[in-house]
Amino acid sequence: MQVNEFKPKIVAFCCNWCSYAGADLAGNNRLNYPDNVKIIRVPCSCRVNPMFILRAFQRGADGVILCGCHPGDCHYTSGNYYTRRRMALLFSMLEYLGIEKERTRVEWVSAAEGAKFSATMNEFCEQVAALGENKRLEDLRCKQ
Amino acid sequence: MDKLKEQILRTSGVNTLKCMRCGKCSGTCPSYDEMEYHPHQFVYMVEKGEIEPLMKSKSLYKCLSCFACVERCPRNVEPAKIVEAVRLMVIRQQGENHLTANDIPDLLDEDMPQQAIVSAFRKYSK
Amino acid sequence: MQRIGVFVCWCGSNIAATVDVKAVAEALKSEPGVVFSTDYQYMCSQAGQDLIKEAIKEHKLTGLVICSCSPRMHENTFRKVAADSGINPYMVEIANIREQCSWVHKDKAIGTEKAIILARAAVAKVHLNTPLTPGESEVTKRALVIGGGIAGIQTALDIADAGYKVDIVETKPTIGGKMAQLDKTFPTLDCAACILTPKMVEVAQNENVRIFSYSEVTEVGGFVGNFTVKIKKKARYVKEDVCTGCGLCTEKCPMKKVPNDFNLGMNNKGAIYIPFAQAVPKVATIDPNYCNMLKNGKCGLCAKVCTAGAIDYTQKDEIIEEKYGAIVAATGYNPISLDKFDEFAYNQSKDVITSLEFERLTNAAGPTNGVLLRPSDLKHPKTIVFVQCVGSRCSADASKGKEYCSKICCMYTAKHAMLTRDKYPDTDVYVFYIDVRTPGKNFDEFYRRAVEEYGVHYIKGMVGKVIPEGDKLIVQGSDLLDNKQLKIEADLVVLAAAIEPDKSARNLATMLTASMDTNDFFTEAHPKLRPVESPTAGIFLSGTCQGPKDIPETVSQAGAAASKVIGLLAKDKLKGNPCVAHSDELMCNGCSSCERVCPYKAITYVDKEFRMPDRTTKVRRVAFVNEAVCQGCGACTVACPSGAMDLKGFKSKQIMAEVDAICK
Repeated sequence: MQVNEFKPKIVAFCCNWCSYAGADLAGNNRLNYPDNVKIIRVPCSCRVNPMFILRAFQRGADGVILCGCHPGDCHYTSGNYYTRRRMALLFSMLEYLGIEKERTRVEWVSAAEGAKFSATMNEFCEQVAALGENKRLEDLRCKQ
Repeated sequence: MDKLKEQILRTSGVNTLKCMRCGKCSGTCPSYDEMEYHPHQFVYMVEKGEIEPLMKSKSLYKCLSCFACVERCPRNVEPAKIVEAVRLMVIRQQGENHLTANDIPDLLDEDMPQQAIVSAFRKYSK
Repeated sequence: MQRIGVFVCWCGSNIAATVDVKAVAEALKSEPGVVFSTDYQYMCSQAGQDLIKEAIKEHKLTGLVICSCSPRMHENTFRKVAADSGINPYMVEIANIREQCSWVHKDKAIGTEKAIILARAAVAKVHLNTPLTPGESEVTKRALVIGGGIAGIQTALDIADAGYKVDIVETKPTIGGKMAQLDKTFPTLDCAACILTPKMVEVAQNENVRIFSYSEVTEVGGFVGNFTVKIKKKARYVKEDVCTGCGLCTEKCPMKKVPNDFNLGMNNKGAIYIPFAQAVPKVATIDPNYCNMLKNGKCGLCAKVCTAGAIDYTQKDEIIEEKYGAIVAATGYNPISLDKFDEFAYNQSKDVITSLEFERLTNAAGPTNGVLLRPSDLKHPKTIVFVQCVGSRCSADASKGKEYCSKICCMYTAKHAMLTRDKYPDTDVYVFYIDVRTPGKNFDEFYRRAVEEYGVHYIKGMVGKVIPEGDKLIVQGSDLLDNKQLKIEADLVVLAAAIEPDKSARNLATMLTASMDTNDFFTEAHPKLRPVESPTAGIFLSGTCQGPKDIPETVSQAGAAASKVIGLLAKDKLKGNPCVAHSDELMCNGCSSCERVCPYKAITYVDKEFRMPDRTTKVRRVAFVNEAVCQGCGACTVACPSGAMDLKGFKSKQIMAEVDAICK
């Protein structure tokens, strides 16, 4: 591995019922994905407040991905529909603020889709790495 | 996939895999007894890639294009569109055996009227 | 300040191979608030659990971070360990360093680094954890069964036998459902009435069961253990408790031209009627659309002949409100309308009938007293053609029909064909089939008997059209195995129409907030492991409202649903999920945003008095979360513009602390 290779910091919010279980399945099947993806467990993708995503970018994350159950499969019947609408708005606002759309993503990963989880993470990491470091929203006071 | 089959599926827009082989198309067909291959066989044989026997069969021209099979198919497979596509394939292949303008002088006959030469030229030089 | 203990599990070599567990434990020691940190081979083992318990005692820990496998594996184990040692179980957080770290990374340095970050995030969260106690709610010891067919009857009987009160709500004037209309049942050929009517009587006589016949559920409120349901008892213009069911009124009623829906309109009844002889309750009902007395105020004959004085033309619909702990949906099915299938000439010829109509034609209590006569001219049909899969197994983009297999048609068609050949051996019976599906105990044997012993002609193919010609029906269909088109001159054509959920189910699902699939069948909580529960707590499913089923399957599902209901009613209190939404009343501005997004109707608004700084009081409208109903999805927390709504166990602060720890 190259020493100076840029490793983006990626925060992944996973819903407890589908995507977190999908991530567990990726682990069970030993499907590799980059270590710079760190998962935060939330009960439902609709629990993710846009504030959390802004905070992540502010604190120096280079990409944020939200994973939830497939539309129609939400454990709470309609949570992921809220997510889909809210994030569409947030991401276009973020783009306006200079956070490229490629740094953000909503993906539906079911509990049976371990392979999809790892493939998505690999691909998303590459995509974010290509964009380089996130500087637009980063709060310099947070830099150590 | 077989090239002929691919072409038929593309021109007809039919997905033969949707067929559940109930035979309602053949049960409904008014020209059934005239046909060598029946509507359900058209779907099945295209699916298997057996296109050539269909192209040679007279059944192609017995189909009335009444679309009763399309109307009644529970799986929305549209067998009549398959028949139409095979028919179209035959016509297109026949269209390919035309003459080039350069071939014509050798075939000329002294007794042939001028008009026939002109019309043959028009017909074959597309 | 919390006193946090960090416990790093090796999981044998599962974690230890790619994560330097000692280094993780060491690194976490320097985290603020961490007073103890250690590693152990198997944290979930008894020895590992003891180690945690001792550490809690020795270091007076207030919060635990377990770095181990997925919380989906052992969160409960470690929560129990905490509870046993006197710490609130919700003060435990798991850092998933197996599934999401050691198993997906190969490099030990990288794995260790990530494990440390994940552990730090968990520590950051535990700092903000607060003890949570699951809310408790009382359980009303009474169940409601909606639908009085065999599914509803069996469910109610099983619940009642366990000693709990049950109410059955049935829209028809009698319970019994579709099974009461059947003649014989496959594959044993016992008569449906002989096995059903004793159950109907049993359920009527059971002191734990109340039957609301000719009634509908109009409103459902509340939540698991505490439903409040409004039931509309439709006016039947006959006093139910006075009527003796003698039937004199039904004979004397001068209005004789009312289509008899119990016989599917194949004969007529009076405007005052008892659906069938063994009806439960055996009480007359007046159809207000046909009764002359109710329409024009002229007649009143039934009141004159009734010796019991049960007729009451002034009766009004009555609304009953009752509380229930559990609700079972058992709304059943109907054959689909065949209006779109005009190729089968169902609307053109009286002699093209559905299988359910055939059932009535062969039933001894049916319009022909059980003699097989065709409806048009009441002659014995000599050639009968059965057509299977009418409207079943159609593709989603077809203009008509249902996508699913209706499951019961293959068997009842075999039954009809066999019984016809048995009673009338001079009849030719043809069955057009696409596939014969007989996956059930003694089902295939039954079908083979129809072919081998009774000589039913099974034809692999489908009927394309039916042409009425004179007093015959020309059935044109394909015989795929013979590669021929057949034209059969038939006297009677019987269509095995697809079945669909009862129309009332959609409306009911909305009231119950129970989910449905695209075909309007109720969805189960888990297709394999929770087949009789709806995803909505306290709502259970019984019979064909969940999917096509035959009688044995329906009865076993009814029993399963009953046992789930009994399990619920046996509890005095229900413990909820403590990770529920909570609104900060002082911050709430009463905007109703949260109320609108809540999929469970868990949020209501209440007027509450607040002390103002100037010692006056002011009434404000604030959100109130019903913790027993809230499932903890958190949709409301994001919708709240003032930040008053938060989710216990996943507070915004906690999640942001995790974000901070990860991005550090």
